[in-house]
Amino acid sequence: MSATTERRISQVLTANEGEILTEWLKRQKEEGRTRYDEAEARAQSTQFLKLFAAALEHGNIESPGGQHWQDIFDMLSDLSRTRARLGFSPSETAVFIFSLKQPLFDRLRRDFGNDAQGLGDAIWSSTNLLDKLGLYTTEMHQKRREEVISRQQQELLELSTPVVELWDGILALPLIGTLDSARTQVVMESLLERIVETSAKIAIIEITGVPTVDTLVAQHLLKTVAAARLMGADCIISGIRPQIAQTIVHLGVDLSSVVTKATLADAFRVALQRSKLTVTEMS
Amino acid sequence: MERIPILKIGSYLLVSIQVDMHDRLAMSLQDDLTAHIVKARAKGVLIDISSLELVDSFIGRTLGNIAAMSRVLDAQTVLVGMRPAVAITLVELGMSLPGVRTALNVDQGLALLQTAIDQGDHGAGDGV
Repeated sequence: MSATTERRISQVLTANEGEILTEWLKRQKEEGRTRYDEAEARAQSTQFLKLFAAALEHGNIESPGGQHWQDIFDMLSDLSRTRARLGFSPSETAVFIFSLKQPLFDRLRRDFGNDAQGLGDAIWSSTNLLDKLGLYTTEMHQKRREEVISRQQQELLELSTPVVELWDGILALPLIGTLDSARTQVVMESLLERIVETSAKIAIIEITGVPTVDTLVAQHLLKTVAAARLMGADCIISGIRPQIAQTIVHLGVDLSSVVTKATLADAFRVALQRSKLTVTEMS
Repeated sequence: MERIPILKIGSYLLVSIQVDMHDRLAMSLQDDLTAHIVKARAKGVLIDISSLELVDSFIGRTLGNIAAMSRVLDAQTVLVGMRPAVAITLVELGMSLPGVRTALNVDQGLALLQTAIDQGDHGAGDGV
């Protein structure tokens, strides 16, 4: 592919900028449906056409590199991120680039006239390039989504491990969801830190919200109990549902080193007893 | 050579580990402490490790050994002030020090020691 083709595409772009822009915007509007924002799309499209023409003037279509192309990639990356955040689908994002094809090809066809060879070359190289850019927007969109997912996972991890103080020196740790090693680590750390903060002597680990207890989960629970004991706090495991009790025994998990109670109320009663406290009815 | 001070308070011994333990220091503590227990006829030993930030399996085992030795010499041992990070490390190393009493701070440790001695309980652990 010769540099003349690129320069010519660039010239066509610059010469017909107004026309292409109008038609492109119309297409974006048709494809984008409800998400279309006239002012924003116009600003973005104008900017893109300018950058695109400049890049074509200087760069090589086959392997987009160099500063001018970098500007385009940066701009598309911003655009994809914004759209991903606003809840656009990947195709709604990529349509920004792909809908430029038709207006551009129409102008190229008019410009090249009967030069079929030249037209073919120009269309091939521009479609090639626009495909690359379109895929890039999709990729960026995906990346942004992944960032959102991993941030949510992190937040969920922190949210799902509250340590609550039931009484002076009595902590409760209501666990909800499956315990994997990453979560156990967070659970353990937050529990131990709270033990230091509150000088707690008893911690109740409430597992009603843990859907299944297999050997691995049991091992994680025992680790947490052992670590709390090293800090001078005793643990009680409560909220063991009948099915869980059956599974534990069937799996041969040994929980005999820990006090286990069926309900949080029972565990709390034991904790009060050990703290030499009683709850009495008011007369 | 640096040594870890062993303070006598009544019939208890207080060992406060303020530096990072290396292996030789751990061994000399073991020697010193057993000698002190015999000499002072101590009934209880408090080991404060609140300044200890690094542990390995050797230090973990030594702490366990010290507790076991004190018990043989008829002194109850309480390990106090372990940091969360140290506790997690020891558990991950598979050393949950099953025979050692633990408490959060020196205050709670002293109380625990007192009850243990009052009950004449020579058993291991917290009696959970």
